[in-house]
Amino acid sequence: MPSWLNRSQLVLVAALLAAGLAQFFSNHLDSYVLSVAMGVGINIILASSLNLINGFTGQFSLGHAGFMAVGAYTSAVLTGKLASQLNPLFGGQVHLLFPFALVVGGLVAAIAGGLVGAPSLRLKGDYLAIVTLGFGEIIKVIFQNVDYVGGAKGLNAIPDYSDLFWVFGTTSITVYTVWALLNSTYGRGFLAVADDEISAEAMGLNTTRYKMVAFVVGAFFAGVAGGLFAHLNNSINPSGFDFNKSIEIVVMVILGGMGRHTGVVLAAILLTVLTELLRRFGDYRMVIYSLLLIVLMLTRPQGLFIWPLGNTWWASLKSRWPFGTSARHPNP
Amino acid sequence: MSASGLHLNKVTIRFGGLTAVSEVSATVPPGELAGLIGPNGAGKTTVFNLITGVYTPTEGTIEFGGRAVTGLRPFEITARGIARTFQNIRLFGSLSVFDNVRVAFHLHLRQGPGQSLFRSPAFHREEHDLAERTRELLDIFKLDRVRNEPARSLPYGDQRRLEIVRALATQPELLLLDEPAAGMNPAEKVELMKLIQFIQDRYKLAILLVEHDMKVVMGICQRIHVLEYGRKIAEGTPAEVRENPAVIAAYLGYEPGNEPAR
Repeated sequence: MPSWLNRSQLVLVAALLAAGLAQFFSNHLDSYVLSVAMGVGINIILASSLNLINGFTGQFSLGHAGFMAVGAYTSAVLTGKLASQLNPLFGGQVHLLFPFALVVGGLVAAIAGGLVGAPSLRLKGDYLAIVTLGFGEIIKVIFQNVDYVGGAKGLNAIPDYSDLFWVFGTTSITVYTVWALLNSTYGRGFLAVADDEISAEAMGLNTTRYKMVAFVVGAFFAGVAGGLFAHLNNSINPSGFDFNKSIEIVVMVILGGMGRHTGVVLAAILLTVLTELLRRFGDYRMVIYSLLLIVLMLTRPQGLFIWPLGNTWWASLKSRWPFGTSARHPNP
Repeated sequence: MSASGLHLNKVTIRFGGLTAVSEVSATVPPGELAGLIGPNGAGKTTVFNLITGVYTPTEGTIEFGGRAVTGLRPFEITARGIARTFQNIRLFGSLSVFDNVRVAFHLHLRQGPGQSLFRSPAFHREEHDLAERTRELLDIFKLDRVRNEPARSLPYGDQRRLEIVRALATQPELLLLDEPAAGMNPAEKVELMKLIQFIQDRYKLAILLVEHDMKVVMGICQRIHVLEYGRKIAEGTPAEVRENPAVIAAYLGYEPGNEPAR
């Protein structure tokens, strides 16, 4: 059936090409703009992967920064301390070493996700949130105490391999993955698990496995985002991956509308740009940011970009949009 | 005892000091429309939860299709061919009517997370096929016109019907209906009776029905099992059960000086 589904893969390829093209012309761009743009991409990866766990599958996790840290440290070690051993493997090619490091970082984060998820996904709601919060803190403390990765000082002089292509290529793959995973009969199971676990079980869905898949895939992309982050900032330290970082990602998901794909991507863009724009206010930045969040949550608790279906230009636009019709209906 | 069908053998469950269901034995042969009745708190829904694996019996065994299902998880029991509805409707509220039914084909899926990502032609054929079968089911049960509505916005009667359709999508051999007539008016109840008989006719299912409404139960069930305080007190055809003194006593009370020892 030659349908819009196949078109989705074309869109992915087009996005990858666009990322490559953007990189090709990137030397015309101001380096500040460039780094903000990449920050946006990384936050989109973080927010949409967390959305898979928190939004679509309904498992409230507060440990996303922990998975990000695992990926960041793993990939930074691979391209730093271990680079001399690894380089012969890739013939000294950086654009082979870097993706390898990103993927390995993602995989290690995914394993961490599996290890945390296996015992804790039996828990629900607040309890799961507390366990994942604890995991995030444990990861931070572990990195603080391992001298091999610099202890509390962290790792410095990480090569700046992150560029527009890698960041937005990965962003496209993440957005596609979450979209494709959800837009299938199998993937509707994630939403079913979020809606009602007991009745999902009764319909023959292995809810434990669904939650694990969401958790592991989410952790994988958080790890990859961590890798990109490390190679963008050139230095990482444990306190950069603390509770606040997790909350920052959770805020993007909530503001975008839990379980709304496009909304969460837009919220990630908006919040990243907003924090940058607020820099001019100096010390008042976080005050204004917090106030804005409070106002937004009071006025649009259902998510910034959610309107009742069929009432606005947004709905009509959405019906023609190949991505992001998450099939989840807003609260009446 | 025949190999197929559902068999409960002296099933007991205790919650702490409370014995909710005590040594209940029952058989539902393939294709039979059976009823499970009893006063409030008799343990009817608990029996359902035991059969579907929500609870594991403290003692006794449950067999279905010749194999023990005791101790399996609910989704494994559904895979063996037992589907259910819930007393307090549990649809996937934020999903559309269409997706509620589509997701229930889960057990018969060949795709997994990998195929969702790679979207091979086989994946598309399966999606197409499932959409077709979902539409067909919705069509048969007259839910097609609301297929894009979120399930939670449906009127009550439609929600009940959708829950039954969703259970049918798992392609069960035994369908457990937990108080399907609850909250319905007399006209809707007549509709429901027709619907249940239609399902049994068309899909050649065994159906076990928990119901308070005697008109519904007596009207359509071939065999009725009666519970009181977690014990089975009677079993038989509707006519037999109606005449059974223990059943009459359970519903209406005993004549003074005539109470049986319990």
